[in-house]
Amino acid sequence: MFSFIIRRVLLVIPTFLAIAFLTFVAIRLVPGDPVEARTGERGISPERLAHFRHELGLDQPVWKQFLDYLWQIAHGDFGTSISTQTPILTEFTTLFPATLELAICAMLFATILGIPAGVIAATRRGTFVDYTLMGAALTGFSMPIFWWGLLLILFFSVDLGWTPVSGRIDLLYYFEPVTGFMLIDSWLSGQEGAFSSAVSHLILPTIVLGTIPLATIARMTRSAMLEILGEDYVRTARAKGLSPFRVVGIHALRNALIPVVTVIGLQVGALMAGAVLTEYIFSWPGIGSWLIESIQRRDYPVLQGGILLVSGIVIVINILVDLLYGVLNPRIRHAR
Amino acid sequence: MPLLEISDLTVDFKTGGGQFRAVDGVSLTVDRGEILAIVGESGSGKSVAMLAVMGLLPWTATVTARTLAFDGRDLLTLTPRERRRLVGKDMAMIFQEPMSSLNPCFTVGYQIGESLKVHLGLSKSERRQRAIELLDAVGIPDPERRLSAFPHQLSGGMSQRVMIAIALACRPKLIIADEPTTALDVTIQAQILELLVSLQRETDTGLVLITHDMGVVAETAERVSVHYAGQKIEEQPVAPLFEDPHHPYTAALLAALPERATGKRLPSIPGVVPGQFDRPPACLFEPRCRFATERCRTKAPPRQGAIAGFALCHYPLTHGRPIGHPHPEGREVAA
Ligand SMILES: Nc1ncnc2c1ncn2[C@@H]1O[C@H](COP(=O)(O)OP(=O)(O)OP(=O)(O)O)[C@@H](O)[C@H]1O
Ligand SMILES: [Mg+2]
Repeated sequence: MFSFIIRRVLLVIPTFLAIAFLTFVAIRLVPGDPVEARTGERGISPERLAHFRHELGLDQPVWKQFLDYLWQIAHGDFGTSISTQTPILTEFTTLFPATLELAICAMLFATILGIPAGVIAATRRGTFVDYTLMGAALTGFSMPIFWWGLLLILFFSVDLGWTPVSGRIDLLYYFEPVTGFMLIDSWLSGQEGAFSSAVSHLILPTIVLGTIPLATIARMTRSAMLEILGEDYVRTARAKGLSPFRVVGIHALRNALIPVVTVIGLQVGALMAGAVLTEYIFSWPGIGSWLIESIQRRDYPVLQGGILLVSGIVIVINILVDLLYGVLNPRIRHAR
Repeated sequence: MPLLEISDLTVDFKTGGGQFRAVDGVSLTVDRGEILAIVGESGSGKSVAMLAVMGLLPWTATVTARTLAFDGRDLLTLTPRERRRLVGKDMAMIFQEPMSSLNPCFTVGYQIGESLKVHLGLSKSERRQRAIELLDAVGIPDPERRLSAFPHQLSGGMSQRVMIAIALACRPKLIIADEPTTALDVTIQAQILELLVSLQRETDTGLVLITHDMGVVAETAERVSVHYAGQKIEEQPVAPLFEDPHHPYTAALLAALPERATGKRLPSIPGVVPGQFDRPPACLFEPRCRFATERCRTKAPPRQGAIAGFALCHYPLTHGRPIGHPHPEGREVAA
């Protein structure tokens, strides 16, 4: 298990370098010039242009720019936002909890509903219940986030007036962030109604962001369960006279979780992409909104640093999922 | 009263091509402390019949029987819940594939302890104690350490020993062993079989031993039930069966034993067991039988009495000669 962890962690370095390189190149390929974006549309004198280019390091050869950039990152310096002049890492750490809170809620929503749905569909294979659940999963899976988000807003916020349209909490409430998680902070603040306001703001974004993972997890759980319910050891479990709950919920599900956890891990990357759109729809002040705004402002350092940081987090989460996979699967845990 | 009494057990499967009768009117009894062997070619419904007794068939199976009684209780009228209280406690089953029959995600200790908890309500330390005893009884060295082993750390023989330990956990009255040694190395086969029989003797349980291996039958069983295409076609105590088989299929099966072969080539039974779509209309063995006549093709064979080994045959054999047959020499059957 130990060498498994070491190997897995060492693999991160090339992955991270590759991502740094790709974002670096991609940003440079995007039409538009950061200097122009900073100085405005009108032309400026060649001297000032040279000055700016020098200041931003753009007069250096590209490979040197890349190495300098890596060097900075290695020292924890992700650059400074052009539009706000704040260090990117600071902006990121301020905004990230909002995204993390949304992502965790979406993933919990997807897992808590998706696994039972998959198990029920598998045990009722070929029945009306199975077809209904899997039909719903297929629909959810193919739902465009934008359209789905607007649909829910129209229905629940505009027509029914049940949930707020945007933001993380009513403007009524104010308190200093402690953890950055609105659910926790609002609860800690002790202000009446703050927590329920935070919850009601979270509901729709959670559903929108969680729908695709929910559908994927439900489908994956169903197919993993179907395969495992036919295994010899499930028959052994039944031959022990165990209740259907123990047979399905413990013996079969425990094995089905191994592939399902992998799928959940693979969802994390997609979840980040979904978070960008979801945050934008619901004006959720997180990393997604931040990145989209930085595109609109041509704030390339933010874009570059932000993507790199998000990728770093996706990588870390993937490692954690792999470790969880190792914990769930005794064959890996005990491998040397 | 026998420990297990089955009469007229029939199992039908719903399949893509309609109904398929995997077990056809089988009657059997097993007494306490007795070893009954069930033999027959692949596909003759041995496993399905015993899975029906255990209540382990999938929902596609329809089980009917005149009697299905275990230890004085009518299994047919039990609720699923009441049935689960018997299964794994008073009747236990051991399967052919030990390596895939243990759950890869749980330790040996957990899998043994589970029945002890569910059926006997033992505490954690009691379960541990009993599991060590059981592993010791099935001949696993260093049982205390083995409790925390996962199935992938065990060999096939070890896994089967663990399966036997699980089956024995609640001191069952009946053990059904479905080809318990087929998947194992020849050297391990004998050990496992010996273990099974010695534990069975010690505890006076009934044992149903499903096997292909006539050698195993000769050494271990007391009574033998021969099955063909879902039917029981003969049943005799082991010595008379080997001496004087009454059904032509049994005779052919015994003639195919290497130690009984007379010529240079090993005789084999030509043809295959009929499947779902090529079932003969009357006697199921007729297409492969040396002694088949027009009558065998048109009229279902009667069940003979105890004297003729309950053979399901128009012309049961005595010392190799068909009784009442028009041409007792028989014919060669084309392979
Ligand atoms: N779930 C099922 N659905 C449909 N047919 C089945 C099912 N299980 C078994 N059968 C069929 O029932 C017949 C008897 O099978 P069974 O497993 O009892 O044979 P067996 O005598 O145990 O053979 P073997 O020696 O190979 O174990 C076979 O033709 C098999 O294809
Ligand atoms: Mg079988």
